[in-house]
Amino acid sequence: MLSEAAREDIRRLLSRYPVARSALIPALLRAQEELGWVPPEAQREVAELLDLPVEAVAEVASFYSLIFTEPVGERVIQLCTNVSCLLNGAEEIRRHLEERLGIRPGQTTPDGRYTLRIAECLAACEQAPCMIVDTERYGPLTPELVDRILFGNGGGR
Amino acid sequence: MTERVLLRHVGTPGQEDIETYLRHGGYEALRRALRELTPEDVVEMVDRSQLRGRGGAGFPTGRKWKFVPKDAPVKYLVVNGDEGEPGTFKDRTLIEGDPHLLVEGVALTCYAVGIRKAFIYLRREFYQGYRKLERAIAQAYEHGFLGERILGTDFHCDIVLHPGAGAYIAGEETALLESLEGKRAMPRLKPPYFPAVMGLYNQPTVLNNVETLCCIPWIVKYGPEWWLQQGPPQLYSVSGHVNRPGVIEAPLGTTARELIERAGGVRGGRRVKAFYPGGTSSRPLRAEHLDVPLNHESLARLGSMLGSAAVIIMDETTDMVRVIARVCAFYREESCGKCTPCREGTRWVTQILDRILHGQGRMEDLDLLESIAKNMTGTCFCPLGESVPPSLRAGLEDFRDEFIAYIEGARAPVEMPVRIREGILAPGG
Repeated sequence: MLSEAAREDIRRLLSRYPVARSALIPALLRAQEELGWVPPEAQREVAELLDLPVEAVAEVASFYSLIFTEPVGERVIQLCTNVSCLLNGAEEIRRHLEERLGIRPGQTTPDGRYTLRIAECLAACEQAPCMIVDTERYGPLTPELVDRILFGNGGGR
Repeated sequence: MTERVLLRHVGTPGQEDIETYLRHGGYEALRRALRELTPEDVVEMVDRSQLRGRGGAGFPTGRKWKFVPKDAPVKYLVVNGDEGEPGTFKDRTLIEGDPHLLVEGVALTCYAVGIRKAFIYLRREFYQGYRKLERAIAQAYEHGFLGERILGTDFHCDIVLHPGAGAYIAGEETALLESLEGKRAMPRLKPPYFPAVMGLYNQPTVLNNVETLCCIPWIVKYGPEWWLQQGPPQLYSVSGHVNRPGVIEAPLGTTARELIERAGGVRGGRRVKAFYPGGTSSRPLRAEHLDVPLNHESLARLGSMLGSAAVIIMDETTDMVRVIARVCAFYREESCGKCTPCREGTRWVTQILDRILHGQGRMEDLDLLESIAKNMTGTCFCPLGESVPPSLRAGLEDFRDEFIAYIEGARAPVEMPVRIREGILAPGG
């Protein structure tokens, strides 16, 4: 399931740590980079590469919020609604996103393009309200800015 | 007002590049230490600077270093870059704005404590910081500030940049070690084995926060006396209802009123209703406390704390019930589930607050909240669960009328996605 390049990267990760298991989270993230999420089959492959029981991999994969154990959309939106963002209108942004995407937090659009998630504090409170789309951070958000980021100028769904 | 120290070069174009950093006197502290100072000298300097950890607990850094057994064959430095306390963004600002400062601080600490391998545990959400730090570390290797025989001496030092994967609890130091060992981030029992004696892979380990380590190059370069004359510098993350939120460098003991002024005043010229002085795990204070010096001692007297110095300003329009519900939802979402008071307490409290916000609260809910807060105090395995009662207490004692307004129907119900895990957002139950 994983490409040879990913498997090679994971093997290389092992050399950074005195104990192989420390490479588990970076290895899962590497797998996710390739597949978008980490299906059970990929977890099994990571377990083999690290010589760990598959249960150890599953237990870690299910604990961390940014290791996706279910399929996600092409673009993952993490909207922060924690205190500084709440104080600066994050709820309005959430409602706007729900309306534009037609989904609620935790869901993926039927066309598979967007996943909307509520993030906990992104440690960017000076940009409140703030979101991360894939690996880029944006803020302070307005409904118009959200539209520009997600759909481009004037482009709509 | 002293001039900026920690933030001196943050915001300078190209500062993340080693050439710019060197032009600003970067790595001079490391050169000086390797040429003129013994490791013991460096530890003494940090001790005399009275530097206290900036991760929240405020433990004296020099003393922490001295706990590490000198003769241990293998020791590690672990950098806590898992900043995630709501309201806190100082470490991210330092990492993105001056990544080499952290790299130099790590190298100096390794030299002082006799460590040859350091791990920087960076929360996954810091994608940009990760890229910058990765590049800074590579440049430091190229220039001989990391690796074997640094600057021609017998000192060797390696840094491994390690990503987290989304778990606030990983900021708790023993949970961070578990996570770094490739397990679920769940806190370890301590004492008897504190990390200094038995940390990463059961070896002696120094754990320091990003901001703490960014202080070290300055202390070594200019000396502890100079450092003490600076105030000493402290970073405050100021956010919420202010015109110019951001990280402000000010001496320890600066008041919230002064910080608000430096942050451009309260949005819309409104009055302050309340503020969190040290992130959401501190007890929020009322406007009458705006002139209290923000330091460990005076905040402790008010039943609050400085924590990571995240000051969240809330103006008179703020709905305190929503704020407190959001804070409790955060701890519930991030509870690792290891101990019952935290796992069940955060869940129960959130359900009650949710009910109140949806206009289905009962007057006896207030007593119930109080009793849960009491039962969570001093009973949780680690500080995460203990972070819930301060907000609840402040809500029930200082803003009780706002809770009553929801219960009596004087305030319109609101919907907030506080039940994130289940994805249930509808009112009720």
